[in-house]
Amino acid sequence: MGDLTRLVFKRLGLGLGTILVVSVLIFFAVELLPGDIAEAVLGQGATEETVTAMREQLGLDRPAFVRYFEWLGGAVTGDFGVSLVSGERVSDAISDRFVNTLFLASYAAVIAVPISILLGVFTALYRNTIFDRVANVMTLTTISSPEFFLGYVLILFLAVRATMFPAISSLSGDMGLLELLHRAFLPMLTLVLVVTAHMMRMTRAAIINLLASPYIEMARLKGTPPWKVIVKHALPNAWAPIINVVALNLAYLITGVVLVEVVFVYPGIGQLLVDAVAKRDFPVVQACCLIFAATFILLNLAADVGAILTNPRLRHPK
Amino acid sequence: MHDKFKDADVLLEIKDLKIEGYSDETWVPIIKGVDLTLHRGEVMGLIGESGAGKSTIGAAAMGYARDGTRISDGSIEFDGMELTTASEAERRALRGSRIAYVAQSAAASFNPSHKIIDQHTEAPVHYRIKKRLEAQEDAMELYERLRLPNPGEIGFRYPHQVSGGQLQRAMTAMAMSCRPDLIIFDEPTTALDVTTQIEVLAAIRDIVDQFDTAAIYITHDLAVVAQMADTIKVLLKGEEVEQAPTQVMLDSPQEDYTKSLWAVRSFNSPQRHRPTDGSQPLISVQNVDAAYTGGVKVLDDVSFDIYPGMTVAVVGESGSGKSTTARCITGLLPPMSGQIMCKGEPLPPRYKDRTRDQLRQAQMIYQMADTALNPKVRISDIIGRPAQFYGGLHGSALKQRVDELLDLIELDPAKFYSRYPPELSGGQKQRIGIARALAAEPEFIICDEVTSALDQLVAEGILKLLDRLQDELGLAYMFITHDLATVRSIADEVVVMQHGKVVEQGPKDEMFTPPHHPYTDLLLSSVPEMDPEWLSTVLEERGVDNIGEAADP
Repeated sequence: MGDLTRLVFKRLGLGLGTILVVSVLIFFAVELLPGDIAEAVLGQGATEETVTAMREQLGLDRPAFVRYFEWLGGAVTGDFGVSLVSGERVSDAISDRFVNTLFLASYAAVIAVPISILLGVFTALYRNTIFDRVANVMTLTTISSPEFFLGYVLILFLAVRATMFPAISSLSGDMGLLELLHRAFLPMLTLVLVVTAHMMRMTRAAIINLLASPYIEMARLKGTPPWKVIVKHALPNAWAPIINVVALNLAYLITGVVLVEVVFVYPGIGQLLVDAVAKRDFPVVQACCLIFAATFILLNLAADVGAILTNPRLRHPK
Repeated sequence: MHDKFKDADVLLEIKDLKIEGYSDETWVPIIKGVDLTLHRGEVMGLIGESGAGKSTIGAAAMGYARDGTRISDGSIEFDGMELTTASEAERRALRGSRIAYVAQSAAASFNPSHKIIDQHTEAPVHYRIKKRLEAQEDAMELYERLRLPNPGEIGFRYPHQVSGGQLQRAMTAMAMSCRPDLIIFDEPTTALDVTTQIEVLAAIRDIVDQFDTAAIYITHDLAVVAQMADTIKVLLKGEEVEQAPTQVMLDSPQEDYTKSLWAVRSFNSPQRHRPTDGSQPLISVQNVDAAYTGGVKVLDDVSFDIYPGMTVAVVGESGSGKSTTARCITGLLPPMSGQIMCKGEPLPPRYKDRTRDQLRQAQMIYQMADTALNPKVRISDIIGRPAQFYGGLHGSALKQRVDELLDLIELDPAKFYSRYPPELSGGQKQRIGIARALAAEPEFIICDEVTSALDQLVAEGILKLLDRLQDELGLAYMFITHDLATVRSIADEVVVMQHGKVVEQGPKDEMFTPPHHPYTDLLLSSVPEMDPEWLSTVLEERGVDNIGEAADP
């Protein structure tokens, strides 16, 4: 077990290093934005005095790397500064939104991941049959359509014609869980349709890839029924690529949902980011980017660890 | 038919079996009408070269057609049940319970994700023959009978935690789990070292005897089949050549093809001796220690010399450090200590630090010509690149050189110049590998198990070619092999390695005459001979508990 923990800690350390590099990139990318931030924030009516005052207030007169370390030091303790537009603390502005985004992502993941893996197993089992083809064509269709289009189609059929679900997902804190699930149903369904194909096809491919292995033939020659060959003999050896694709898709559910949030007016972090970029509210932009980066790195780390844990050679060393 | 089985019931009767394989968009015949009759308790050996259809017939005996093949005609009757017309479910119900299978590579045929014993109990539990715990107890009993170490514990390990020879015995135990009437052994010892092979052979023969199981034993090794089979059937390109009881087949084969198989070990290159004029060795390995990153020492104080124009065979089991020594010589693995001398000059340890002329000296030919040649590169480029790199040839001079090299390896330049590796047969690919090594105009070539993936007749052709090239071009070979028959036919000197050390070395005639080092003795006495009594004699001499890994001195 010692080797394994060391491996996990090594990966964690690497992940932290990556976040640090990304933080540098984010900070200086915002620095590189053309034009003076103070001018942009104050707009056309700004006088020279107000701009100078603003610059001083923001600390723009000091060197960039000093400000970077101040920002990084704050970020480590959860303090991302103050929003330039609302004057609110950035952490307060983000936290509610981020919780909403996490809620939607988990809602979609809990439904999409089991469905995709099950579909993947079934399409591998009934490969090259009508079922396989239909499942492939359907999921490919949903992944090839733009999310906003899918969203509007779902609104048209399930909100406007059938009026089963609300077209706008406005959430508030005093709603019960059932109410929340009902409100967020359409954005969830859109996301599920978008991510299913990728995970399902990887599951199918990873399993089929193993079907030529000698141990699969051995299982067949032991009289093992086909479903058991897939589930018991192929799937346990196919986890590594499946886990990686699942992790990438989970990351996408958190960081790539801007369009879906806009369509359903869902109060998530994606919308906040878009607003902040439009208004040059750079502390918010930086914080959002850092959170997205951390999400990606964390999920990929989890996938690495998962892949290691499912490898019997690493789990049970000689 | 063997007299012993005159009165026994027929267990398996295959009549006029035809099997087709799908390739290039059409169905081509693989098995062209083979008959086979097997009685209860009889062991039939199927022998032939690769492509003879041995394994395909073995699978067909289970009513199983591999992906991309189909049984197109004929009948397979197992104990009164016609398998070609039975439903898939009916056929599946036989597999594992009444007909079991033992595959060539146990390491690849055990599922890496499950414990050995769980794979063992899968079939008996599935068929409700035994409860899980009963099946586990039975497994341990079988492990004990097959003389696996720690029979009570070994099954609870994962396949990668167990050695190859032990896995192969565990797989035989697994085949026995439902006490089948018939077991198909598909080259069960081909991937093993001779010293390990002997214990697996003994275990298989023992257990087949004890339970009076019928078996089809598939192999390309005649000496092995002579130990195992009551009857031998020889196959060639999907057709039967002849069949006879083992002793009759060994003593008086009828067909020319069979005779040619029997005669294959006849090639012998006259032994050369070291120059006596005190000249320097071409390559001298001096006190080399080596290890892979972070690993334990795999080479420990290895020293030997290779003189110009001579063949030095390096023999030993897998893991004994043969190929690692080659990696040190070529500079792919810098040694921890010691050095490699070339004509009295020390070679830089890393290939990156060597001059072009030093690099030219150490060329390699690999075991798997399939993977050693890039499938997307034309033959002319594969051979042409080293000719260009070392010889600085261009344009028509380069083409002429490639033609010359193709002539040298007995392939027609007009035909092969612009073809790709996948279009070639195994033997032809190995010839291209040889031409690539020759293109650098080296004085020394490392041949790493160059014949072990080839059929005997093809391998013989390669050995003859290497021998001819040696005479014509004055090449020195370092010949890595675990096959002592090959050593006997082409080596001048022999170096025996074990656990990363050289245990014995000397001229071939001395090495093959007693007294030997105990390990050399073990290696030599483990090589199967054509005498059907060989295995019994060896087991008697050594005692049943003193074979294979246990016999390691």
